[in-house]
Amino acid sequence: METGRRNFLKIGGICALGLGSLRVVNAFGKTETPKFTANLQALTAKRWAMAIDMKKCWEKGPPGCTDCVLACHSTHNVPDIGTQKEEIKWIWEEKYENVFPGQESGMEPEAIREKPFMVLCNHCKHAPCTRVCPTQATFKRADGITMMDFHRCIGCRYCMAGCPFGARSFNFRDPRPYIKTELNPAFPTRDRGVVEKCNFCEERLAAGKMPACVEACKCKALCFGDLEDPNSEVRKALGSQFSIRRRPELGTEPGVYYII
Amino acid sequence: MLERALTGSTRYKKLLGVLLVFMGLGFAAYLTQWNRGLTITGMSRDVSWGIYIAQFTFLVGVAASAVMVVLPYYLHDVKAFGKITILGEFLAIASVTMCLLFIFVDLGKPMRILNVLLYPTLNSVLFWDMIVLNGYLLLNLLIGWNVLEAERKGTLYPNWVKPLIYISIPWAVSIHTVTAFLYAGLPGREYWLTAIMAARFLASAFCSGPALLIMLSYLVKKYSRFDPGKEAIDKLATIMTYAMLISVFFVGLEFFTAFYSNIPGHMDALKYMFVGLEGHHKLVPVMWLFAILAVAGVALLLHPDVRKNEKMLLAAAACVFFSMYIEKGVGLIVAGFIPNPFNQVREYVPSIPEMMIALGIWATGFFVLTVLYKIAVSVKEEVGA
Repeated sequence: METGRRNFLKIGGICALGLGSLRVVNAFGKTETPKFTANLQALTAKRWAMAIDMKKCWEKGPPGCTDCVLACHSTHNVPDIGTQKEEIKWIWEEKYENVFPGQESGMEPEAIREKPFMVLCNHCKHAPCTRVCPTQATFKRADGITMMDFHRCIGCRYCMAGCPFGARSFNFRDPRPYIKTELNPAFPTRDRGVVEKCNFCEERLAAGKMPACVEACKCKALCFGDLEDPNSEVRKALGSQFSIRRRPELGTEPGVYYII
Repeated sequence: MLERALTGSTRYKKLLGVLLVFMGLGFAAYLTQWNRGLTITGMSRDVSWGIYIAQFTFLVGVAASAVMVVLPYYLHDVKAFGKITILGEFLAIASVTMCLLFIFVDLGKPMRILNVLLYPTLNSVLFWDMIVLNGYLLLNLLIGWNVLEAERKGTLYPNWVKPLIYISIPWAVSIHTVTAFLYAGLPGREYWLTAIMAARFLASAFCSGPALLIMLSYLVKKYSRFDPGKEAIDKLATIMTYAMLISVFFVGLEFFTAFYSNIPGHMDALKYMFVGLEGHHKLVPVMWLFAILAVAGVALLLHPDVRKNEKMLLAAAACVFFSMYIEKGVGLIVAGFIPNPFNQVREYVPSIPEMMIALGIWATGFFVLTVLYKIAVSVKEEVGA
């Protein structure tokens, strides 16, 4: 049989490809689902949600109280960059007109206009951030928590453009030198170039603990629980008082409710 | 064919040298970004995309230069375009190269870019944009190279190229549509949330692409023995005129919907751009420059006698190109983030290193373009001689 160098190389290439693919097939063949046992103490829900009773916060809390913010930011090693441009925050205060733009009448009682509202990730049921993420670095869990995988995020910031609530922060610089609270070794610090936000303390729920902000609030203004369980604390709170959500017209179904 | 890029006049080598200097400066600036992160840019928590993504958005449009000559030539047998399809395709290659570079430098974690392929996510428009842009780059490389090589040999291009040419036409529409969908599907960004976005992208692409192609064809004619032909340029000018009119009309439609409905969320970004919002007006002079250039471009193009005059046509093409540059490459992206979700105005100004990186990428694009045009023109000169 006559064969030139070209044909020889072609056949050689195909053979090499065949041998190489065998390894891939083997790798897939051997894959097993990882074995682990869930913590029996873990708190579970069909859909985690939060009701924030702002009246309790203003009336019972000492003026200028930021216990929830401090608890969250120290638990999650949130850095204090010190500039508005690169600010990183998981839960923070905003005024009524900024939290509910378009809903203000201008005639609200001064208390409502001037007092702080707590804002955090809404863990939307139909989260635009997870819809746009090109790598599934941000994704929805079955229990409704919108998660961030800091190790997969490519830092494209599409989720920040997608989030209608400004809940996401980007690490423009290495955040580690700016962690001013005592380092919590149980939670990962972040690297430069990734997006971060509130995770509803999924790491604490897994250990059977309530979110850090909920635990830290002395006046019990933050109410956390399963939205699909009619007997949960959060359902009781929402069933007995009028509440509103941020930008409901966008159809994202926020999981954070405000009782005013 | 590549060897034709290695030899050339002193002017050609000087041009490449100048572009290399800017590429070097841009690369140096990128190294500081690599080491320190996106903190060196003017982007913020509130305006989280800046000139990188804006340049990318504009350059996707410029890539339409290819389809605007390929479509009339292959579908309508407009013979005048036969000579310059290669110029359109090579311009598209340079534009898409710049697009991909701008996406790359915008990433906070560039070393993880392959995660987009490792975890393909069908519901993310960015994933599809990656597919269509790379596909368009590949299509134009294959088509342009093979057609040019066939021309050099004096034969017809291989048969398998023909279907690729036909695919490249709807594919060109897809790059503008998908890029528009990056923005047009986000709840809470009212300025972008408009069904006309993809149509606007197509219209502005079909005028900015031909505008640059007209200017480049003039340079090719001036500095080489290859003449793209007056008829082709006149036809491109007609295409550019219609596309520019439609573009300006579409921008006007945005104004009507926002201001007649009087919905604050829809008016805010437009107000910020043209008159300022809550005392912030950094974009106002730039956007008025857009308005002036757009009106000047339309005025010059409207009368056929004026646009048949070479000098006037070049002036009009420059007006069209730079007005669309401001509209897509400056205004659209930045204003989309203003006001922020808390209804506050946080302005954005690009930093010096950020602009150096952007300039470096433009230089890279023009380097690629110069080399490709050198090859194309050398072949044309040989065949013509």
